[in-house]
Amino acid sequence: MRKLALSDEILLQIDKPARYIGGEVNMAKKDPKLVDIRFAMCFPDVYEIGMSHLGMQILYDMFNRRDDIYCERIYSPWTDLDKIMREENIPLFALESQDPIKEFDFIGITLQYEMCYTNILQILDLGKIPFHTKDRAEDDPILIGGGPCAYNPEPLAAFFDLFYIGEGETVYFELMDRYKENKKKGGSRKDFLQMAAGIDGIYVPAFYDVTYKEDGTVDCMKPNNSHAKEKVTKQVVNNMDDAFFIDNPIVPFIKATQDRVVLELQRGCIRGCRFCQAGNVYRPCREHSLEYLKDYAYKLLKSTGHEEISLSSLSSSDYSQLEGIVNFLIEEFKGKGVNISLPSLRIDAFSLDVMSKVQDIKKSSLTFAPEAGSQRLRDVINKGLTEETILKGASEAFNGGWNRVKLYFMLGLPTETVEDMEGIAELSEKVAEVYYEIPKDQRNGKVQIVASSSFFVPKPFTPFQWARMCTREEFLERAYIVKDKFRTMLNKKSLKYNYHEADLTVLEGVLARGDRKISALIEEVYKNGAIYDSWSEHFKNELWMNAFETCGIDPDFYTIRERDLDEVFPWDFIHSGVTKEFLKREWQNAVSEKITPNCRQHCTGCGAMSFKGGICYEGKN
Amino acid sequence: MKVRIKFYKHGPVKFIGHLDIMRYFQKAIRRAEIDIKYSEGFSPHQVMSFAAPLGVGLTSNGEYMDIEVNSMIDTKTLMDRLNAVMVEGIMATDCRVLDERAKNAMSLVAAADYTLIFREGKEPSDLGRFFTGLADFLNQPEILIIKKTKKGEKEVDIKSGIYELSAEDERIFMKVSSGSADNLKPELVMEAYYQFLGLTLPEFAFHIQREEVYGNTGDEENRNLIPLGLMGESCE
Ligand code: SF4
Repeated sequence: MRKLALSDEILLQIDKPARYIGGEVNMAKKDPKLVDIRFAMCFPDVYEIGMSHLGMQILYDMFNRRDDIYCERIYSPWTDLDKIMREENIPLFALESQDPIKEFDFIGITLQYEMCYTNILQILDLGKIPFHTKDRAEDDPILIGGGPCAYNPEPLAAFFDLFYIGEGETVYFELMDRYKENKKKGGSRKDFLQMAAGIDGIYVPAFYDVTYKEDGTVDCMKPNNSHAKEKVTKQVVNNMDDAFFIDNPIVPFIKATQDRVVLELQRGCIRGCRFCQAGNVYRPCREHSLEYLKDYAYKLLKSTGHEEISLSSLSSSDYSQLEGIVNFLIEEFKGKGVNISLPSLRIDAFSLDVMSKVQDIKKSSLTFAPEAGSQRLRDVINKGLTEETILKGASEAFNGGWNRVKLYFMLGLPTETVEDMEGIAELSEKVAEVYYEIPKDQRNGKVQIVASSSFFVPKPFTPFQWARMCTREEFLERAYIVKDKFRTMLNKKSLKYNYHEADLTVLEGVLARGDRKISALIEEVYKNGAIYDSWSEHFKNELWMNAFETCGIDPDFYTIRERDLDEVFPWDFIHSGVTKEFLKREWQNAVSEKITPNCRQHCTGCGAMSFKGGICYEGKN
Repeated sequence: MKVRIKFYKHGPVKFIGHLDIMRYFQKAIRRAEIDIKYSEGFSPHQVMSFAAPLGVGLTSNGEYMDIEVNSMIDTKTLMDRLNAVMVEGIMATDCRVLDERAKNAMSLVAAADYTLIFREGKEPSDLGRFFTGLADFLNQPEILIIKKTKKGEKEVDIKSGIYELSAEDERIFMKVSSGSADNLKPELVMEAYYQFLGLTLPEFAFHIQREEVYGNTGDEENRNLIPLGLMGESCE
């Protein structure tokens, strides 16, 4: 029987002890003594969130197919256990072997959102691993960061030994081979980092010096080690069907946020919305074939026993075989007790038809993401969804029996005016009016429209990376304008408006476009008790505000400053495919309200063609 | 066809709560490709029920689950298939076909056996007296204990719910009333016993294992307790 790191007494005192015991269905079992490399893969949030992440499961399985590597998992201990571990001096352990993480060769941390950064320090702290790469000893684990936030790794530069930029399926094995080679030769930690720096896509922050101008912006970033490259090129999988994929993901005992089979339809997106980081950094758009997806649908349902299957990708309606895969899933699995959970789709005859087949119309709602309240602003952000399309889709759906609608918007977008803000209420009202045009005896009670807005955060590698972000007060003012407008709407009783928290957004803005100076801030705020910042019940804004003060960092520098076109950004050393020239052009198009066609209509030369795959070559060979 | 499956729960999986064990088996049955019956409706669910929820932290040799299948080869094949997809610590040990009119396991539960052993460092100082005192404890005319309920606290006499209580090899054995009507938790019996000895029960003092769950084919007065697993037939 497996021995656990925590005593029964501790496990019986804490919430959801199953978070910490491992042993789930499809967990990899190996003898740690018989492998060359012990890799601990970490999602720095609570188990139920971390276990829902497909990317981590893919890499876990990929590593474990190699006999010489044992890949295990780490999640953030929840605050109840965190307290006990500190009091009783219990070192953080990985779930599989239950061994302390300090004994591992590598700790790989996936960086999915900025507000998890303090949780990274919790992992290191409880794991008894020095925070700073410069303080780590020869036998400390090598800390690797990856995932979307690694596209601006600089705020975390002090903590990580290396970053993996791009999709994990490409050079991880090479990195592992170099590690073994170096170990065999008796090479040092530094020898290995130098070898790693030579691999495409690997960034070793300690091998670069950054100098700043008097105004605080980056002057230049230069390698200080001959092995480090000037530019680090993001890694992409060229042929999606050849890419590694899991057929036996781990099935948690407790209900994870994503308690279902997830089929990835495609990576990347053809759309080019100007606010969207994923849409830019995952270019070019690459599809899986229908045959591939069918095969994996069978395999994954069989190996997990899940009773639900969902489709995942950016803008799923653009997947060219969408009808094929959805119809296949319905025909093949619907009668076998498998629920099919649809991604958010463009509302049209096809999607309404499949929605009515797989969901209870009375309980489900329609989702639209216009993102902005007016056509003018939708042109600025290049969101190709028109009012006409929304109202037409809504009308069809209402006639089909639906009576709930969700609308998603952003507030604080560049160039936003009062009319744009009020447009959120007006568009919602128009949707309601479409409903009430239906004769009373033919409609299904009242309509329920919920509009939500989040606050816009400019992200690296988007055309809005130059943009000024709003202050907390401006955000809230804008939300009040929208709210007030909703109160004047004729059908206000059928409309509901929600907006997100503003404090968190401001911090996200600082971390997203931060530079190396931000590492000190993260460390300071962690030392003062910040943890689980993405959880509103744990987020404490004062701690952050105090830390800005202590560290002498002005948040406004990172958020409300509009950048000059020729400013050097902390993340400029990464070659993400999309060129800075293209992004500049798009920023100018945005300001002049000019839309850009999507990749399938017309290639606009973003630069991602250099990866030699995907949509850029579709129909061209 | 109604089928009753007996299984054990050993080791770290004792920290998986009852609802999650149900979810675990729902997925296991799909992995094993057992032809289980589904309910009608928009989100159909498997026809499955469990005899008695087991508390978090307890292990067991005698857990029962009833399912309804559309078809199966035989009980052995069903069990083998299920066991091929289990995790360490959970294993089906028996499988019987029930009469179509059989009541489900949950409504039958009348009693259960438990064994208790001390967790390390939790033993009372006078262990000898602890084990010899059990007989006197049981010989009391009534055994009163404060039971915490949703409405508050009330004093109850648990004597009639204790069918057997003994000790062997530093292991306490008890057969107690169980089920929806009169569920007596082993912890409560031990709390009463500690009270009787003039001691207070330390937290997490025992590791508790359920050994068997019984139905009663007799009546209140003359009990005839039969393990739930013996109430069906195996078909091979
Ligand atoms: S190179 Fe052209 S087709 Fe390829 S991603 Fe960029 S814009 Fe789209």
